Amino acid sequence: MSYSDKVLDHYENPRNVGSFDKEDTKIGTGMVGAPACGDVMRLQIQVSEEGIIEDAKFKTYGCGSAIASSSLLTEWVKGKTLEEAQQIKNTQIAEELELPPVKVHCSVLAEDAIKAAIDDYASKNGAVSDKQSQKKLA
Amino acid sequence: MTELKMPIYMDYSATTPVDPRVAEEMCKYLTTSGDFGNAASRSHAYGWTADEVIKQARHNVAKLVNADSREIIWTSGATESDNLAIKGVASFYKKKGKHIVTMKTEHKAVLDPCRYLEKEGYEVTYLDPEPDGLLDLEKLKSALRDDTILVSVMHVNNEIGVIQDIKAIGEITRERGIIFHCDAAQSAGKIKIDLQEAKVDLMSFSAHKIYGPKGMGALYVRRKPRIRLEAQIHGGGHERGMRSGTLATHQIVGMGEAFRIAYEEMDSESKRIHVLRKRLLDGFSSMEEVYVNGDIDQRVAGNLNISFNFVEGESLIMAVKDIAVSSGSACTSSSLEPSYVLRALGRNDELAHSSIRFTLGRFSTEKDVDQAISLLRTQVEKLREMSPLWEMFKDGVDLSQVKWAAH
Repeated sequence: MSYSDKVLDHYENPRNVGSFDKEDTKIGTGMVGAPACGDVMRLQIQVSEEGIIEDAKFKTYGCGSAIASSSLLTEWVKGKTLEEAQQIKNTQIAEELELPPVKVHCSVLAEDAIKAAIDDYASKNGAVSDKQSQKKLA
Repeated sequence: MTELKMPIYMDYSATTPVDPRVAEEMCKYLTTSGDFGNAASRSHAYGWTADEVIKQARHNVAKLVNADSREIIWTSGATESDNLAIKGVASFYKKKGKHIVTMKTEHKAVLDPCRYLEKEGYEVTYLDPEPDGLLDLEKLKSALRDDTILVSVMHVNNEIGVIQDIKAIGEITRERGIIFHCDAAQSAGKIKIDLQEAKVDLMSFSAHKIYGPKGMGALYVRRKPRIRLEAQIHGGGHERGMRSGTLATHQIVGMGEAFRIAYEEMDSESKRIHVLRKRLLDGFSSMEEVYVNGDIDQRVAGNLNISFNFVEGESLIMAVKDIAVSSGSACTSSSLEPSYVLRALGRNDELAHSSIRFTLGRFSTEKDVDQAISLLRTQVEKLREMSPLWEMFKDGVDLSQVKWAAH
């Protein structure tokens, strides 16, 4: 399997590896995938009162593409509003990292992870209806 | 000795470099400055010389396993030998019965011919190994039936290196009048094989696993009691009609020389490799959540198959790209396929995926081993720091109780 230089760069120097306290109300946590499938991705976002993602961290169990997809995602979501982050599509990630077709599912997992993190943040902060309407739009 | 280039080669069970002494011999039988004749040419010296060197090679191969030269049939490799043995016996003895017994952990070169025969109306029993990879002889006994014609069990497993007790299996099959085939691709030249002692009827060999050329193998076919085979390749009636095709003199000479060297050096070599393997294992033993796959004692000297829990297999292979090893995870397609051998031992998918097979050999050094240990330790630690599963494990979460959002 030959990876693009971008995947190798993220794999060798992953950005924003780590954890936030998932009980903190400013934090949204999304964990997707399953060990038996070979990928588990956990993405956490720290959201300001204005609804801006101030910081993001990830941990991923998975192949190089899965690690790179989640690492890239943490870079992209920082500074974005929740609405903007919600709009990130797996195809953008796959394109940026030049993922081969067999690895596109890694970018899908990353999209699922940010959506799950936003959902978690929203449900903690009583914005369930907002989140659901956003989901419909997406 | 000869320096291998980077990455450090630790995949000797996949293949081995040709020993320079072997290569030198082989080169003598190719060009006009050497002996290039066809061994089947009986009317001139070119043919006689080829016939003579092939006789010597046959003798060398037979000697390593304490067999008679006349019991060695040249083939293109262990895959062909397995096919000839299994399909050849099935076809010849079909009136006697149509039941075959083998193991789930056999090489594909045994399993696939068995699957083929199932389509042809034969019945195959695939025995499970014990969790240590070994065959329970009682299970073998109870699988045998009156219409069983063949048992095929490999000597040394290619993935986990465990050694099956072929002497004991031979006693069981001989008593029942059942033919015993054994794939010895991974054991010949590494552990002692004595075919006067072990009641093996057919044995497959490969040249390239023991520093000979690729594309060359042999099948041992016992003469007493005489084992019959239906040929799978028809032509000029070479190899007493069991395998036609002009003999590849240089390849055969290479295999003969490789087996001769193995006969001379096997004892001292396997002691040296065993010390290296122990050093490798010791280098990992202080790490948490590391599992050796297969019995560690009943195992060929060069093999260490080990799983690093909470690290995904493909990322591990990427992380250790400076060492040439095999992974238990075949992640070449969108669906991950963990090793069927490790699955048969009862390992879960995650552990099967995170396994690495190190196989050491003739040109492995202490320095290679130390570099491998240091690289593996650093990379596993780095990947675990990145693994949410490792964090959960360290926090005391029981991962089997977690509801995963499967995708």
